[in-house]
Amino acid sequence: MILKLAWRNIWRNRRRTAVILTAIVIGLWAMVFLSALMRGIADRMVKNAISTMTGHIKIYHAGYRNDPVIENRIENPGEIKNILQSLPAVRQFTSRIRVNAVAANARHSGGVTLVGIHPGREAGISFTGDAVTEGEYLKDEESQGILVGRALLEKYETRIGHKLVLMSRDASGEIASRAFRIRGIYDAELESTERQFVFVNLAAAQEMLGVNGDVTEFSLLIDDYEEAAAVAASVGRRFDGDDLAVYSWKELLPLVVAVLKMYDGFILFWFAAVFIAIAFGLVNTILMAVFERIREFGLMRALGMKPSFVVAEVSAESFFLLFIGTVAGNLLGAASVAALSQRGIDLSAFAKGIEFAGMSRIIFPVLELGDILTADAAVLVLGMAVGLYPAIRAARFSPVEAMVHM
Amino acid sequence: MKKIYRQGEVSVTALDGVDLSIVKGDFMALAGPSGSGKTTLLNMIGGLDSPDGGSILLNGQALEKMKPSQLADMRLHQVGFVFQSYNLIPVLSAVENVEFVMLLQGMPLQERRRKALAILDDVGLAGKYGRRPAELSGGQQQRVAVARAIVGAPAIVLADEPTANLDSASGKDLLKLMQEMNESKKVTFIFSTHDKMVMEYARRLTLIRDGRIVEDRRK
Repeated sequence: MILKLAWRNIWRNRRRTAVILTAIVIGLWAMVFLSALMRGIADRMVKNAISTMTGHIKIYHAGYRNDPVIENRIENPGEIKNILQSLPAVRQFTSRIRVNAVAANARHSGGVTLVGIHPGREAGISFTGDAVTEGEYLKDEESQGILVGRALLEKYETRIGHKLVLMSRDASGEIASRAFRIRGIYDAELESTERQFVFVNLAAAQEMLGVNGDVTEFSLLIDDYEEAAAVAASVGRRFDGDDLAVYSWKELLPLVVAVLKMYDGFILFWFAAVFIAIAFGLVNTILMAVFERIREFGLMRALGMKPSFVVAEVSAESFFLLFIGTVAGNLLGAASVAALSQRGIDLSAFAKGIEFAGMSRIIFPVLELGDILTADAAVLVLGMAVGLYPAIRAARFSPVEAMVHM
Repeated sequence: MKKIYRQGEVSVTALDGVDLSIVKGDFMALAGPSGSGKTTLLNMIGGLDSPDGGSILLNGQALEKMKPSQLADMRLHQVGFVFQSYNLIPVLSAVENVEFVMLLQGMPLQERRRKALAILDDVGLAGKYGRRPAELSGGQQQRVAVARAIVGAPAIVLADEPTANLDSASGKDLLKLMQEMNESKKVTFIFSTHDKMVMEYARRLTLIRDGRIVEDRRK
């Protein structure tokens, strides 16, 4: 009966109920949608960073991170390959040589990162696999070809088929140089990536740098990038004492991790702000409904209804409003996210600013169950808590005073 | 029994030494002009207010010694109320309004539904069980209020100006109904009124003026 009474009471003033429901629905939608947008931004940021040569897990020579020179290279890659192939947690891996170099042509010269890759393996691990938009991707046996980014191509005022000379310090400490011919142009999420990385066949890079079959890194992919730390630790235990260091992407990308934490904090702050706005509206609505029914509450107390029943009835009204608003807000939020799941939100117009922030040009919102549950709990649980105030006010009406209230 | 209301410096003596005994089965009118203390006395008997002096005994229990939760329990099981302005719960139907008291008493659904329907038949509202107060006339609403007041088998029904908002025909019908309930079910009725028709129907008339009983006679 109390639930029946509460349900019917909230519809006594349909307009007022509609207004507060709209406020709750919009509030919940804003919580869900904005958090999904922020998670989408964060997710793309992480995936961009991972696909831009980081991978989920990296294996380096122990001294490479502090001093990324050719001397700090991995000299027994074959053994490492065998071990990695035997690990079920490792989905895919590849090896690379990565050194700082100078790229030059007749018009320009500048610093780049020379990356020697296995084209076939690399395609499945980093962004290079489907990034070539002009010309062709490197072939496994290719020794002369080089892939450059579009931004670098434009900067150097060159084109496919033209030469680009790369210079770097080789294993003996001398300057090594080699001319490559531009085979393909790639487009990346970030222009800075296009300006930085140039790709050649691993064998060609090894020959140029005089390192035989050595490499500077292994990049690994696992099934769930959130598990990278645990898998990195277990991989690391396999190479204990081998003068190698194993890192998860979180250790390699501290700025990304810091931004993710900042997003977590911002989402919570946003939830708090929206909830406070909803709470004021809810308390005001229920208080108005309570004061309109002072005589009724007086009657109920006169008939023998205990104050706890009055609290329960008014709280049930709050619950119905919050529950309906929460469900509708979640559905609207999910529908908004679904509507954008195919095309995303195109922020190309803000490309430069976005790139500075490490964001992609197109954002796809990502719904996370934790965010939905947090938003729902905030609205439902905290909403019921603030709804106690009008409920307790209603229970405190003395029957005699209430029934003479005009 | 005494009751004094204070508002700042001003104090008003609503009851000034009332001494009254009510017997089971009484059909009593408490009459007097406005401000004489009728409603205050009714509120005391019903446990809605407490005296500043003296004692109220209902079936041997001293009401002024009870805690608020005990008073609420007492009202629930021993007192029925009929108010001037009906005071039905607007979002509940006639049968649900009548069931409300039995729900608070903890009666199971089927039993309270059966009793509610039966009492609504008794008060002449057969077939109108599902109507909400806004869909009933004043007289019909007051009948629902009477049904609600007596369905819980209270020791006493307190009716505060029950005919004040009714036309004379409806008022007469209501009084006849309550008289019937009094005679058939032996429910004690106390009316607070200044309606002469009510005074005529009452078998005991108690006149109150300025917080004191000035006359108390049985017909």
